[in-house]
Amino acid sequence: MNSNSLKISNENLKRRLNAERRFKFYGVIAISLALIFVLILFTNIISKGYSAFYRTLIEIKIEFNDKVQPAMFKQMSDTEINKLDLYSFSKKNIYNNFPDIEKKSDKKKIIKLFSIEFEEEIKTYINKNKNNLGNTINLYISASDDIDQIHKGNYSRDIPEERRRVSNFQLSIYDELVGQNKVKFEFNLPFFSRGDSREAELAGLGGSLIGSFFTMIIVLLLSFPFGLFGAIYLEEFSKRNRFTDFIEININNLAAVPSIVFGLLGLGILLNTFELPRSTALVGGITLSLMTLPTIIIATRASLRSVPPSIREGALAVGASKVQTVMHHVVPLALPGSITGTIIGIARALGETAPLLLIGMVAFIVDVPSSPLDPSTSLPVQAYLWNDSAERAYEEKTSAAIIILLSFLILFNLIAVFIRRKFETKW
Amino acid sequence: MENKVKVCVENLNVHYGEKQALFDVCMDINQNEITALIGPSGCGKSTFLRCLNRMNDVIDICKVEGSIKIDGQNIYDKDIQVEKLRERVGMVFQKPNPFPKSIFENVAYGPRIHGLAKDKTELEEIVHTSLKKAAIFDEVKDRLDETGTSLSGGQQQRLCIARAISVNPDVILMDEPCSALDPIATAKIEALMEDLKKEYTIIIVTHSMQQAARVSKKTGFFHLGNLIEVNDTETIFSTPANDKTLDYVTGRFG
Repeated sequence: MNSNSLKISNENLKRRLNAERRFKFYGVIAISLALIFVLILFTNIISKGYSAFYRTLIEIKIEFNDKVQPAMFKQMSDTEINKLDLYSFSKKNIYNNFPDIEKKSDKKKIIKLFSIEFEEEIKTYINKNKNNLGNTINLYISASDDIDQIHKGNYSRDIPEERRRVSNFQLSIYDELVGQNKVKFEFNLPFFSRGDSREAELAGLGGSLIGSFFTMIIVLLLSFPFGLFGAIYLEEFSKRNRFTDFIEININNLAAVPSIVFGLLGLGILLNTFELPRSTALVGGITLSLMTLPTIIIATRASLRSVPPSIREGALAVGASKVQTVMHHVVPLALPGSITGTIIGIARALGETAPLLLIGMVAFIVDVPSSPLDPSTSLPVQAYLWNDSAERAYEEKTSAAIIILLSFLILFNLIAVFIRRKFETKW
Repeated sequence: MENKVKVCVENLNVHYGEKQALFDVCMDINQNEITALIGPSGCGKSTFLRCLNRMNDVIDICKVEGSIKIDGQNIYDKDIQVEKLRERVGMVFQKPNPFPKSIFENVAYGPRIHGLAKDKTELEEIVHTSLKKAAIFDEVKDRLDETGTSLSGGQQQRLCIARAISVNPDVILMDEPCSALDPIATAKIEALMEDLKKEYTIIIVTHSMQQAARVSKKTGFFHLGNLIEVNDTETIFSTPANDKTLDYVTGRFG
């Protein structure tokens, strides 16, 4: 062979190489576009939502008097203190922090700088420190949502006064407080523990977090065992005939049904026929199980099918019965795949909103649910509800709810990937 | 001296749906001997083998007619328990298929499900004897808790043989046990079979005519679902009665 014949390129080869280069380029473009969209999505949500994770507090001074004195709190239990009426005492003390303000209308505006629950916050402080209260105390109480937004810079002060929720007078007081170094940020723990509220500074994710948790527990308890055993039966025991083909087609169809249809089913059957309690995690869980079930069955069947037949033959050949073969050898090998499918199915159910709207999990619920039978919302529904609210402060909360939701989804998917990598046997 | 007949197959017809795979096969298999089954691919020799421990039962469309008697008992009788049958007729497959569990568990599984051991020491005893009989004990005795799939191909196959003999069968079926192995591993398995035939009746399907010639006492030749000829191995390979057999063993077709 001529040694140069390998170096000379001809037209045909050039064309082929060019086609290859073009193909690679299209691939890079597609991937980059996808990554850019993800990046835009995340920066948008995170930049809007991160400020919901801290809140604004304002320092005030409280002076006890003859009627309300530290000594009397020492003998009282927590509940007794909570029952006290300290409203006017608290209000007067807040006024006293601003001795220059004398007009009644101005005093009202000052109260509006603080969260509507200032009395409760003062009581909580007293409860915590009842054994070592001095005659005067300095404590931080929550700012109202408008001041909170201004302090976070989410709300422009340059808007004309008549279109602003905070008046010039209130702004001047706020500036004075900032000048005296009496305004501070703190991690927003109540955001994770409180239920929903009409007052933006009080509204929290706690109720919907617990609601989502209960819902997912119900989904897991219902769809994993049913899905697993359904798949095992269909794949390993049922004879292949028209009827099982029909079932298989329907399972695949079920996986493709729009989720709102399952909501209608839940509404029609669970709520109207069986009269299960409306708006509860129980009903939400059952409805979402119907949606997750086909996903789990399909994933489990796929992983059962990927167990090589030689393993089954090996077990049968030493005299294992069909059930022993399946339970001792096939299912343990298919379980990682099945669990992965379940986690991904549950992650999908966690982000599902439409069916929950139909079964009433979209109600305004203030109490944090204590059981799956209590009315509750779920994370995505809470985001939907807040997105509909007028106050500016709900905007960051909507994004914060989505951040939490996305974190859970990413966590679930990571767990699924981990399980697949760690436990799946390669053949 | 002729050994006693262990397996007696009469008029065996096997259908896979519409397609007939075996036609009127009649064959006697002697005890404590190695019987080889040869023939071109798709001739039905594996089907025949799998009828002997009813492994074909798992295939829905497979229909078996005729009788197979092991020690005079027809294994296709209605009241036969397949699990019991497979305890007596073990099988080793073409591709080594150890369970992805520990070496110990691989061998202990059979005795455990059949309740052959009263306690742990007895089970260990069975596992050790089986591994010794399969000539693999010395290689694995220090790592019984490693997974069976971590062994080499030849070791895996001997582990599978140990698994087959752990439940103390009478007959061992081997479906091309060396086709996935190198010559050295093959030689080891063949030497092992030579030992095993003292205790067990061995039926082996093989594509290697040299192997059939080396290990077996009798050889059966299958072609297109028919058992063309069965005779002493020497006769089959030197002066077969049928022309097709002669063509096959001399390499003119197949």
